[in-house]
Amino acid sequence: MFSYIVRRLIATIPVMAIVAAVVFSLLYFAPGDPAAIIAGDLATAEDIARIHHQLGLDEPFLVRFWQWTWGVLHGDLGISIFTSLPVWQLIQQRVEPTAALTVSTLIVSVSIAIPIGVVAAANAGTWIDRAAMAFAVLGFSVPSFVLAYVLILVFSVGLDWLPVQGYSSITAGIWPFLQHLILPSTALGLIYAALIARITRASMLEVLSQDYIRTARAKGLSSQDVLIGHALKNAAVPIATIIGIGIALLIGGVIVTETVFAIPGIGRLTVDAILRRDYPVIQGVILLFSAAYVIVNLLVDLSYTVLDPRVRF
Amino acid sequence: MTAAPIGFEAQRAAPRERGAFRDLLRRHPTVAIGAAILALMLLMAVFAPYLGTVDPQALSPVRRLRFPSRAYWFGTDMLGRDVYSRVLYGARISLWVGFWVAFFSTAIGLVIGLVTGFSRPVDAVLMRVMDGLMSIPPVLLAIALMALTRASTSNVILSITVSQVPQVTRLVRGVVLTLREQPFVEAAVAVGTGFFKTLRRHILPNTVAPLLVQGTYICASAMITEAILSFIGAGTPPNVPSWGNIMAEGRSLFQVAYYIVLFPSVFLSVTVLAVNLVGDGLRDALDPRLARRM
Repeated sequence: MFSYIVRRLIATIPVMAIVAAVVFSLLYFAPGDPAAIIAGDLATAEDIARIHHQLGLDEPFLVRFWQWTWGVLHGDLGISIFTSLPVWQLIQQRVEPTAALTVSTLIVSVSIAIPIGVVAAANAGTWIDRAAMAFAVLGFSVPSFVLAYVLILVFSVGLDWLPVQGYSSITAGIWPFLQHLILPSTALGLIYAALIARITRASMLEVLSQDYIRTARAKGLSSQDVLIGHALKNAAVPIATIIGIGIALLIGGVIVTETVFAIPGIGRLTVDAILRRDYPVIQGVILLFSAAYVIVNLLVDLSYTVLDPRVRF
Repeated sequence: MTAAPIGFEAQRAAPRERGAFRDLLRRHPTVAIGAAILALMLLMAVFAPYLGTVDPQALSPVRRLRFPSRAYWFGTDMLGRDVYSRVLYGARISLWVGFWVAFFSTAIGLVIGLVTGFSRPVDAVLMRVMDGLMSIPPVLLAIALMALTRASTSNVILSITVSQVPQVTRLVRGVVLTLREQPFVEAAVAVGTGFFKTLRRHILPNTVAPLLVQGTYICASAMITEAILSFIGAGTPPNVPSWGNIMAEGRSLFQVAYYIVLFPSVFLSVTVLAVNLVGDGLRDALDPRLARRM
């Protein structure tokens, strides 16, 4: 097991190296001169040349790539062109809202999706199944920001139950914190829930056709015991896999959801950085999101040993 | 659904005869429903100038923010532009982007997938690059590429295509690797069939079905991504009436004039739903084994 973790960690190195190369090339080939942006409108050619030299922008591609990688490995993601603050600091300031949104979305979507998938599989072919799968197709088709506006319209503007926008830190109290997260995590969670529900149903159907399920039923176990104790447990691996893969979808959704709900998180930071062409921030954010995606999927792989004792590494 | 349908097995190409096509529609009514909605959207996009629209860019400050009425079916925006006209013209952008992204990503992914499926050294290098690209969430990659370039519809198509190619490559490579081990391919090689003839006669026809299904899902997710890009201000130029742009403009006025956001949202969702229905139906028809499981 330990050697497997080490091997997997080593295997992520080339993947992350390629991500880093792609991300670095983005800045290298980006139009516009960061030195000219930093120097401002009144700068002379000498000023710009001096900043160029200070930032090491006059070095060749490979040297700069190496310097940048070295910095990243030491936790230095560079300086934001727009705010002149270290990128790492900007990210740290905004981690909390994004982490809160992601975790609450995961909770919302998994707790909606798994029951729907299980019930649909248990009633395969009936109207319950069809309704559940219609929900899933609908979930894929309604973009999260569209759903976000519908939810705001109904629950904030119409019924006035929940705040329209914004974020309240957990340190300011649990209820305001949750209140601000309900709508964004529901809007973002639906598409994710649709994906998980579909795989849960498929995986359950596969397991329910196995011999040991017939044996369990023949023993006289209640259908609930068979569904949860036998079927769901054995259907868990594909479900965990899709939760991991779906994180990519979730990250894309976070960027938009934070914009709609004015949540000051990393997604919002990304959008601002793009509108201001603040390339060091864009690089840092992409690197961070990609690393998160790779790590989550590593954890998912490792969870197989817990979910299915037959899996050994 | 956007996940790559995995595990396609060797199978006959799509039914070609008219009878088989009719049979497909009868047994998978969702394809018919999806295709009908899609055809309607297409007609609407093509004939937008003749459907009671005005110039979607025509400003009219006197008639700002009019609520939907008989004169302005979908109301007017903060610059007095007719939302109905803008939404109808917006269909052109979404369908255009969806189609071309699906076309280019399947075409490029097919070529790379075939090469990696047949050449081990190329496979070792290219698949690592694809792994790296796949660990950058597609929307994020498209956004980053848009940040590098000028806002234009063709750059949007290019950016989304780049983010979708790795998935198609992986799908095609999987199909090729499975097929290479199949007896009929081994037999063809054994009797001395040339490489390109084997490719054309035995490999390519078997990639058609999975690519068709994958292509529809790519089309759906490209339309959503285009709207996302435009919505956050990194997509089609603001003067182009795309659904994402209309929603971006209505964003700040949402509480006063929600209809500006509502109408493009409904059209976008219905169009994406139609494409997904076609995709699901095609998947069920072309891969019965997978269909039973999904």
